[in-house]
Amino acid sequence: MAAQLQHLGYEDEKLQRVMERLPCRDVQASMLLALMGEQCSYPSIFIYGHRATGKSHVIHTLLKELELPYATVSCVECVSVGLLFEQVLLSLFGSDSASLLSRSPSLSDFVRVYKQLCVQASAKQTRYIVLDRAELLRDMEANLLPAFLRLQELVEDNVTVILLSEIVWDKFRPNTGCFEPLLLHFPDYSKGELQQILSEDSHPSYSPELYSAFINILLGVFYSVCRDLRELRHLAALHFSKFVEPLEQGKESDTHKLWRNIEPHLKKAMQTVYLREVSSVQWEQQLQMEEKEAGVVRGLSAHAHVELPYYSKFLLIAAYLASYNPARTDKRFFLKHHGKIKKTNFLKKHEKTSNHLLGPKPFPLDRLLAIFYSVVDSRVAPTASVFCQISSLVTLQLLNQVGHDDQLDAPKYKCAVSLDFILTISRCVYPMLYCPLVTDWNHCQTPASAAL
Amino acid sequence: MKATRKLPKPTQSTSSHCNNFKDGAVVKLEAETIVSPNDAHSLDGNCNSAETVKVSPPKPVQTKGCFVFKPSANKRRKTPTVEDYFTHGCEDTENSKLRFRNCQTLWEKMKADTELLQDELNRKILDSLLAFIRKSVSTFQRGTDDWASRMRAHEIPTAALVLGVNVPDHDMTFQCLSDQLQQSVTPFVVSVQATECAALNHMLQRVLERLMGTSVSVDNEEEPEQRSTNVNQKRVHCSLITLCNWYKTVTKVCSYCKEHPPIVVIFKDLEAFNPKVLQDFILICSRYVEQLPLMFVFGIATSPSTIQHMLPHSVSSLLGIELFQSLSCTQHLASVIDKVILTSQFPFKLNGKVLQVLVSIFLYHDFSVRNFINGLQLALLEHFHSQPLSVLCCKEAAALVHATELSHRDVERLQQLPSFMRYVEEQGPQEQVELLTSDDHVKEVCQKLLKDLCKYHKNYYPTLRCLHILTASLPKYPLGKQIRELHISCLEKNVWENDEYVSAMQLLRMMAKDELTSALQKCAEILKSVKTKKMRATLLEMKTSRRTKKMSQFEILRDQALEFIDSLVRSHLAPPESQPLYEVCYYSSSAVLRRHLNATPRTSIQTALSNPYHYLKNEDLRAEDGTVSNAAPDICIVYKLHLECGRLINLYDWLEAYATVVSAAEGKDPDSADFGKVDELKHARFIQAVSELEFLGFIKSTKQKTDHVSRLTWGGC
Repeated sequence: MAAQLQHLGYEDEKLQRVMERLPCRDVQASMLLALMGEQCSYPSIFIYGHRATGKSHVIHTLLKELELPYATVSCVECVSVGLLFEQVLLSLFGSDSASLLSRSPSLSDFVRVYKQLCVQASAKQTRYIVLDRAELLRDMEANLLPAFLRLQELVEDNVTVILLSEIVWDKFRPNTGCFEPLLLHFPDYSKGELQQILSEDSHPSYSPELYSAFINILLGVFYSVCRDLRELRHLAALHFSKFVEPLEQGKESDTHKLWRNIEPHLKKAMQTVYLREVSSVQWEQQLQMEEKEAGVVRGLSAHAHVELPYYSKFLLIAAYLASYNPARTDKRFFLKHHGKIKKTNFLKKHEKTSNHLLGPKPFPLDRLLAIFYSVVDSRVAPTASVFCQISSLVTLQLLNQVGHDDQLDAPKYKCAVSLDFILTISRCVYPMLYCPLVTDWNHCQTPASAAL
Repeated sequence: MKATRKLPKPTQSTSSHCNNFKDGAVVKLEAETIVSPNDAHSLDGNCNSAETVKVSPPKPVQTKGCFVFKPSANKRRKTPTVEDYFTHGCEDTENSKLRFRNCQTLWEKMKADTELLQDELNRKILDSLLAFIRKSVSTFQRGTDDWASRMRAHEIPTAALVLGVNVPDHDMTFQCLSDQLQQSVTPFVVSVQATECAALNHMLQRVLERLMGTSVSVDNEEEPEQRSTNVNQKRVHCSLITLCNWYKTVTKVCSYCKEHPPIVVIFKDLEAFNPKVLQDFILICSRYVEQLPLMFVFGIATSPSTIQHMLPHSVSSLLGIELFQSLSCTQHLASVIDKVILTSQFPFKLNGKVLQVLVSIFLYHDFSVRNFINGLQLALLEHFHSQPLSVLCCKEAAALVHATELSHRDVERLQQLPSFMRYVEEQGPQEQVELLTSDDHVKEVCQKLLKDLCKYHKNYYPTLRCLHILTASLPKYPLGKQIRELHISCLEKNVWENDEYVSAMQLLRMMAKDELTSALQKCAEILKSVKTKKMRATLLEMKTSRRTKKMSQFEILRDQALEFIDSLVRSHLAPPESQPLYEVCYYSSSAVLRRHLNATPRTSIQTALSNPYHYLKNEDLRAEDGTVSNAAPDICIVYKLHLECGRLINLYDWLEAYATVVSAAEGKDPDSADFGKVDELKHARFIQAVSELEFLGFIKSTKQKTDHVSRLTWGGC
């Protein structure tokens, strides 16, 4: 590979070193090297690919190792356009350059200052501007993305803008049309490539072969569910200590037996750790705990229970019922003498689809309180604390206030919790005797909800 | 009715208590009809606004609101002290100073005790949190030496602190946490709240300002001005790069920062944060994790799974989350009750109903221990303020001294106490005469009774605990799961007359041997620690019974032991009402407390509108049930008329009805031509009344029909 690249005019040694640091990305790297030139280069390159496919890594290693002038900016960080411009200028032209920008610079300010500085320090090399998470550029000012794509023309300098994103270019193209950048795709790593990359960060006190064997086992278990390099690396770090435990104790050296030792462990980890529910530190602690008592690993989701004041529970139940029941049915469910309703025509056709599939519907405060008073078993005075609880449920994100023009007189809410959550709560509130009643309500909502 | 505009006056709106809403309404109505300031003054005493003021010296802001209408404003130049507020309007001013001092010392002791208790309860979780943070610091410092920590170098260590649903209560814990962190781990601690971080740049700005602002004053003085101006200049572009540079210079300059103290960011109320902002903030921070030892603390009110709901996997994988669960608030309350209420240490007691009010506010409404303690404070103040004999409510020795110093007026009051009268009736005729005539004799008896009361308390609590230990493990908890439930039922009536008590005793007889003995052993320990004279004798008996129990005659001994417990209960767990002079120590007006703590603004407004006599006390306004007199304020008439309408109200019909009523009030002849005619004045009054109703939230304009308004309340037809 290095032999092919010789004509590009970089030193062999450097190229060699770069290529060593970019395993399994030879094709993309050489493509980029071919695009990057001293005299003139393509105005903009768009690189896309999934998370952890080495986009930023390849670019940064190339630019850094070959000692090219470049600026790299993450668009998440740029709360204002000014910050973006400032960072670009700072890293291309040194610390004094940013002071030339006005307080809230526009794009033309940036171009003007860039030109000015460019004349002072004309470059022998192509300058590079790397914009990470470029999809956020779309949300900024409308002229920003097209301008960056043809920045070379605007500033009349030898500059290339490299956009990195996880999204394909089609989603970027503005309505008004723009300069088309060169597209470069970074495909996902294959299993063999993952194996090769993961094996590189081996534990210093064990042989690389052992670590490689471990990675092989790990991929065997997890590859079917997870191909994210970062996640796999996390998993490897998490489980390696368990893997080498028999070795530490001096009992075992046979890989096959080590495999049998670790396999049940990895299977268990598959349930929780992929979600990063428990931190790696806590996972290790739990492993030690398990030696003493065989308990299930409890992640964050195991702690879903929320302690609420008594009336808050009822308010939440009332909110749930108001959100998922059609308002017409209130009379039937919550009034003692509601009269007879013919079952056949009771639900309209569109209501027969499951309300759970449609999601919560907004309801006014009055309806919430009316249902609350009929659900709660004792007489409740409409005290200030009951109203306070509604607003604190909103801050706890258990209810959502729906945007509405009449926030003061007739506020509207939506219930933001799941059926499971409500069932847990109603089990606390109602003694076992009444429990079927609550589930009955939920089934009553629509016949189809029973299927859920 | 100009007074309506006065409602949002700063003096009244600043107080957080909802009750003020009602008081606001009261004052407003007064101001409308009553011209003479003297009347206003006398009325003040009738409605409870004055009371609210007097009993709450800790909130002096609240007090100003009510004195705004006082005529003698010129004398109030010097700001009155808390004591003045207390003595002002007291039932009896002679000993009010003494009572105030009693109250203060008692409260300070109680406050100190509860604070100590809360510190202790918090300590465990704070200690583990501090240990976690220290450990993360050390891994950051060790850097790349350790393989495992190198592998997770990109995770930001995060502590998820689950604190229970009452968010205002968390402030103290976070204050404690950041103080301890600043003392022992790192000077760089920032806490942010959701309300100040609506957008990402605000959040960055807050974090940067607080970090860099505080430490400028702490360390080097060479260039504080320059740096602070620097911050101001960069306000537009505050980014983590600035922070990085700042951190580098700070750690270089100051000596103790050499070991790279972490930057801890505390998110006080995670649920309330905008998820997008939080995600972006974490993404940005993770880019600098190699240069800045950042660390997060999430304050979570609901459950840890909110983290998953708020943060997608791509973001949460950047955090190494560790979970810390605090004590549940019900346990917290139980320990507070145990420390403050179930003890003979404090002479001040709550009766069953009052305690019930406080506990039910906690359980039904807010889960806030802080509010519970505030309620306790209110009860304390109310008691000392309204009960002149509360001079005797202090430590035993002091109470005996005070008893000898009682004035004649106080002795009379003492004789009028129901419990004392009951006591007198039980005495012989000779004694009765003396008790009713001789002040000195009353004082002597009073001392004796006070001693008895003390003794009663000393015996009551250990016995209560014993009974609770025995019954708490019974199936279905016949006497309650928590000790406070048992306490409340003991306070209300003779507990041994309850059916539940009888069934509990039967269940105890059926209990397994080892369970029973272990429970009895615990009882014996409690009784031992108390060391009352009477108990000590019985203790021996208990011990022997326990020792011999293991033998075959278990059943006989068991019956004996239970009989003994029963006798203990009968002799010591009588309700306090049976004790003479219990009024001195027990606060019993639960209605007052409920009105203050659990206000019903809507009911008050409705009462004011439908029955103006209730607040205005004007005889002209007195009316039969459900009707409003013609002479009532305009808004009351308009309100009454609007109750008769459906959801939509035709304004013109409403106006005509109003004009008819008002004409009748003016005493016009119903047959005359202009009866019920709308003139300009009536029109204006009507419009004003309607807009006031709109202001109060009863009606609003609607787009459905132009000349209609829609009702926002239901019922009333």
